[in-house]
Amino acid sequence: MVLVLMDQSKASMETLTLARKFGRPQHSVRMDAIIPFAPDAVAAILALVADDLDASAIFAAGTERGNDVMARLAARTGQPFAANCVDAEPGSPVSVTRLRWGGSLLESALLHSPRPLITVAPNTLSVEAEPAPIEVDAKPFIAHLEETDLAVRVSDHVDTTGGGVSLAEAKVVVSGGRGVGSKEGFAIIEELAGLLGGAVGCSRVVTSAGWRPHSDQVGQTGTKIAPDLYIACGISGATQHMAGCKGAKRILAINADAEAPIMLNADYAVVGDLKEIVPAISAELRKSR
Amino acid sequence: MRVLVCVKRVPFTGGKMVLAADSMSLETKHLGFTISPHEECGVEEAVRLIEANGGESVVLTLGPPEAVEQLRDAMALGIDRAIHLQTEGAEWDPEATAAAIVDAIRADEAASGPFDLIFFGNESADSGGFQVGLRVAGALGRPAVTGLKGVRLDGASVRCEQEVDGGRDVYVLLMPAVLGVKEGLNLPRYPSVPGRMRAGRKPVAVSTPSRPAARLELVLLVVPPGQGRRAEVLGNGAAAAPAVVEMMRKIGVA
Repeated sequence: MVLVLMDQSKASMETLTLARKFGRPQHSVRMDAIIPFAPDAVAAILALVADDLDASAIFAAGTERGNDVMARLAARTGQPFAANCVDAEPGSPVSVTRLRWGGSLLESALLHSPRPLITVAPNTLSVEAEPAPIEVDAKPFIAHLEETDLAVRVSDHVDTTGGGVSLAEAKVVVSGGRGVGSKEGFAIIEELAGLLGGAVGCSRVVTSAGWRPHSDQVGQTGTKIAPDLYIACGISGATQHMAGCKGAKRILAINADAEAPIMLNADYAVVGDLKEIVPAISAELRKSR
Repeated sequence: MRVLVCVKRVPFTGGKMVLAADSMSLETKHLGFTISPHEECGVEEAVRLIEANGGESVVLTLGPPEAVEQLRDAMALGIDRAIHLQTEGAEWDPEATAAAIVDAIRADEAASGPFDLIFFGNESADSGGFQVGLRVAGALGRPAVTGLKGVRLDGASVRCEQEVDGGRDVYVLLMPAVLGVKEGLNLPRYPSVPGRMRAGRKPVAVSTPSRPAARLELVLLVVPPGQGRRAEVLGNGAAAAPAVVEMMRKIGVA
């Protein structure tokens, strides 16, 4: 009996796909079982349901919330927990393959546990359709929670979405790195992004220098993007950065160094001074309109 | 108030991942090391809190003898003293790491009083287990929130802003509490020369906990395929602009 923590995301469908390797039928607990969200309460419900069903394994999506709730469950039940897996094979111990360095490295590991706790890294598995319609056998379950399970609870929400195109959802992202040289140097990056209806991004060096806000940072510790085209200007291509843009369909690197690491991860390259190349591309776009 | 920040020593990986001969770790011979990025913001936040409210800040790491460099880095930014749980170098799994940190916190609190806040990075840059802070919070029976981009004291409580799609969720926790923070929480300062000098004289308490068997046991590291494609060069300098725009048309973005 396999238990899955579900929400509305595509990542939950990927999670189900991997969980099926561990058996069927499956039971699920919803992330929004408690509104407003209270992560310890969700972990408590999972623990109670897992005991009730004698679950052999528990899965969740490797989203921020999925990893958070599963870590709380692991702490509460004294079990090991493997986050952000891209594959898992049932057995004793369970073999898992999981992401390190935001996906720049893979780890094979053994999970020694009577009830393995596994989250599935989002956007790493192709979703299999449910092979056949399943009979749903619903039964009521009343979870008795402790007051402490509700001590951590969302009490308010702050909307931070400003105007403009969201970095995570933009079809085109134009980013600048150290090679842009200054805060003011981003004017040409903004111009090109504007012409393409895209968003402006940057590398970690740029936010550390205070040239752009952290919300513009593409990378392992910034935003993960998935545009149709990613234009990386003056960015060397450190693994920290590539972990954030590997979801891009195509990458154009504009760099003075033809041997920069980003050239090994890009589809297209223009070699030379970005301060000449970027305005020239903008001018060419304008000319043809 | 008393604030603890837990940090991890990780390599600067640069342009590509190169594994050691046994494929159990990265080849770090030519790499520098740093405090894992989310935790740098934890250090900065701890320093700011003590600057504003008075009290004591402490940095803790579990790592090899060389990890004292990261403890000194944190103390150069203003942290008062350090606790080093020294290992022989091999990686500890998240459960073992959390257990050793819990023991160290209990010992320090028995001697010096409770920590009002304990900071962790949301996840480490290297192994990315997403759990040590929450395990420590669970063992100590303290409320915890992860994914934080905003932290503000409000009397005996701490107001926490967690990054979510479309904004931030707010939690208000009674202290003592455990906070998992993310890069972007603040902009960490650079160490000053006097700060570095002072750091060399600040105390580092060293102990050597024993490593239990790992229940999340590392078997092998693998560099994923996909590194090593070669870009199609569209041209050199500004003269490449027409070819770039043609490519944009072809893929439907211009």
